[in-house]
Amino acid sequence: MPSVEFTSNLLRHLPTPRAEVLGATVRGALEAVFAEQPALRGYVLDDQGALRVHVAVFVDGRGVIDRDGLTDALGERSEVFVMQALSGG
Amino acid sequence: MSDLLVSTRKGLFTLRRSTAGWAIDDVHFLGDPVSLVRPTADGALYAALELGHFGAKLHRRDQDGVWAEIGVPVYPTQPPDVEGEKPDVKWSLQKFWAIEQGSDGTLWAGTLPGGLFRSADEGATWSLVESLWNMPERRAWFGGGADVPGLHSIAVDPRDPRRLHVAVSCGGVWYTEDAGETWQVRAKGMFAAFMPPDQRENPLIQDPHRMVACPAAPDVLWVQHHNGVFRSTDAARTWTSVEVPPSVFGFAVGVHPEDPDTAWFVPAVKDECRVPVDAAVVVARTRDGGRSFDVLRSGLPQQHAYDLVFRHAFAVHRSGDVLAFGSSTGNLWVSEDAGDHWTQVSAHLPPIYAVCFG
Repeated sequence: MPSVEFTSNLLRHLPTPRAEVLGATVRGALEAVFAEQPALRGYVLDDQGALRVHVAVFVDGRGVIDRDGLTDALGERSEVFVMQALSGG
Repeated sequence: MSDLLVSTRKGLFTLRRSTAGWAIDDVHFLGDPVSLVRPTADGALYAALELGHFGAKLHRRDQDGVWAEIGVPVYPTQPPDVEGEKPDVKWSLQKFWAIEQGSDGTLWAGTLPGGLFRSADEGATWSLVESLWNMPERRAWFGGGADVPGLHSIAVDPRDPRRLHVAVSCGGVWYTEDAGETWQVRAKGMFAAFMPPDQRENPLIQDPHRMVACPAAPDVLWVQHHNGVFRSTDAARTWTSVEVPPSVFGFAVGVHPEDPDTAWFVPAVKDECRVPVDAAVVVARTRDGGRSFDVLRSGLPQQHAYDLVFRHAFAVHRSGDVLAFGSSTGNLWVSEDAGDHWTQVSAHLPPIYAVCFG
């Protein structure tokens, strides 16, 4: 089952425990997390459902390609890491 | 005396007046950019954060002093190929630039990229004022100091909460008398000398930096515009240009709560330079509706001062005598005699975005 982990910088704003979720794509995994914690959605995605400009997501150490659709595929044991992009200051 | 609420690049600072003078009393959201804070009639405070990575957030403090994160506006799904929509305008909340409450309790929020939202449940949920957002004229707006338009001023008529004036950089002044069902642009008399000649008087591209209405005479409005200062005495139907010494450029404006003829400005060198004229911080005050001005300097730095005062960073207490303003370089000044004399309260705050009395 893929895992999703968030930067500790988000802990200043809301709890973000590491989660193991069902999901075949980045969006699927994130939606599973948001279903448990709706407040987290607006910290990671913009109003159109794309990754925020200054949020980065890595899957198994590689940055996601599809920042709008989040269609990047996950493997059975993929590790998804959500962090603040350094471009955000 | 009310607390002074100072929103900065690195948090919200509350200041309190004691017999020894004004001093910082508390710090909230240290490290987070706070774009503005507004108190409401029920004793609550609303603080708008602009987190660099994680977006615009809103927190509410109730009368017990407990902060809690509340809802934020969410733009609707953006249709592909909206006719006339500028490529930079993504339908997504970037920033709160105005929060005001009407006498009926409705909260109004102005945002970048230009949407007006309202809440009837103390900010738990918000709805987009679609009548304004969906106007074809809205797509003529453009950014002023930002990539996208920003709705920064909301004046709710204290006599009738269905009447609002809102101002947009760059999108003119808009008026509704039916709580946002219908809108009229009201920028007649404003002009933008920096635009091509055939666009100078186009109401849709005017750049009001800040608009305030006199609480006791809400049909009198003052605007610090990119191109100058304008005043209206007929609920924004017509505007008259006002000459302000030493410069008509600036961002902030304050109006006396009871005397619509009294207003304050913090002039700067226009356009690309944006520093005080002659590197001396001054406040320009009129008491006769803009026919004449006093240039107030007492207590303000007069040499090598490069402070810029942003559009929400000048506050007038409801007494009309106590004023405060803060600058881009973290200086904060207070006057208790309507601007005749100023005291520097702090020289070491983060860049100040907004100042208001609680």
